[in-house]
Amino acid sequence: MDKVFKALADASRRKLLDDLCEKNGQTLGELCRHLDMTRQAVTKHLTILEAANLIATVWHGREKLHYLNPVPIHEISERWFSKYQHQHLQALGDLKNRLETNKKQKTHQ
Amino acid sequence: MNTEKPKFVYVTLIKTTPEKLWTALTSPEFTRQYWMGTSIESDWKVGSHMVYRRNGEANVDGTVLKSEPPHLLSYTFRHLDEASKHEHPSRVTFEIELLPQGATVKLTVTHDEFPKDSTVNPKISGGWPIVLSGLKTLLETGRSLEITKTSCDEAKSGNS
Repeated sequence: MDKVFKALADASRRKLLDDLCEKNGQTLGELCRHLDMTRQAVTKHLTILEAANLIATVWHGREKLHYLNPVPIHEISERWFSKYQHQHLQALGDLKNRLETNKKQKTHQ
Repeated sequence: MNTEKPKFVYVTLIKTTPEKLWTALTSPEFTRQYWMGTSIESDWKVGSHMVYRRNGEANVDGTVLKSEPPHLLSYTFRHLDEASKHEHPSRVTFEIELLPQGATVKLTVTHDEFPKDSTVNPKISGGWPIVLSGLKTLLETGRSLEITKTSCDEAKSGNS
């Protein structure tokens, strides 16, 4: 679990996970295109994420594809929240999303 | 040959043996304890029928494509609800690998071959992490998440 928290404690690595959440199964080249980082830096971050099991890789022909693996994050939430709390937390999360989206829309107007 | 990229890939590391993990994936007595009450039934021979039953009712079925105990299992996956049962089935593959240290098994689940505009795809996307966390807890602690009273008990007996 230490590895998971360490891997998540970096904004660039979280950005990489966000990118995979948006579009799963990307190659190194595709990921580099979306991020303001050198190929070397992206490779290093991917290695750390893979060691923490937050990313799974699959060879598809000659391409190495990267997948977001949410299993360790789910294990973290299982550890501290009961099944029943999840529903309340989901409701609070939805409320926060809705309020913040509204706010953004208003400031754009 | 299908050249489409896999849609979902999930990995979990479990302190168990490949044989125990195989049993946990293929015997209804086990799957009921971590798969949200689902019994998964088949004789697990290539070409055989496979069915998921919840409260006695079939909700998913398929055909066994590959069965190499205790390392590789693959079957087609068709949701039996009205919206999805006429869709072309997708495919689920379980790969079980004993890591070199010898005490940990890596389970990789790949769910792919979804038809275009599949209604099954959004349905399953949140489900696998729940199933895999439950499977890991059951194999490592012998207890099922369904009957655990509080998650804090899990944390206290957890490995880190």
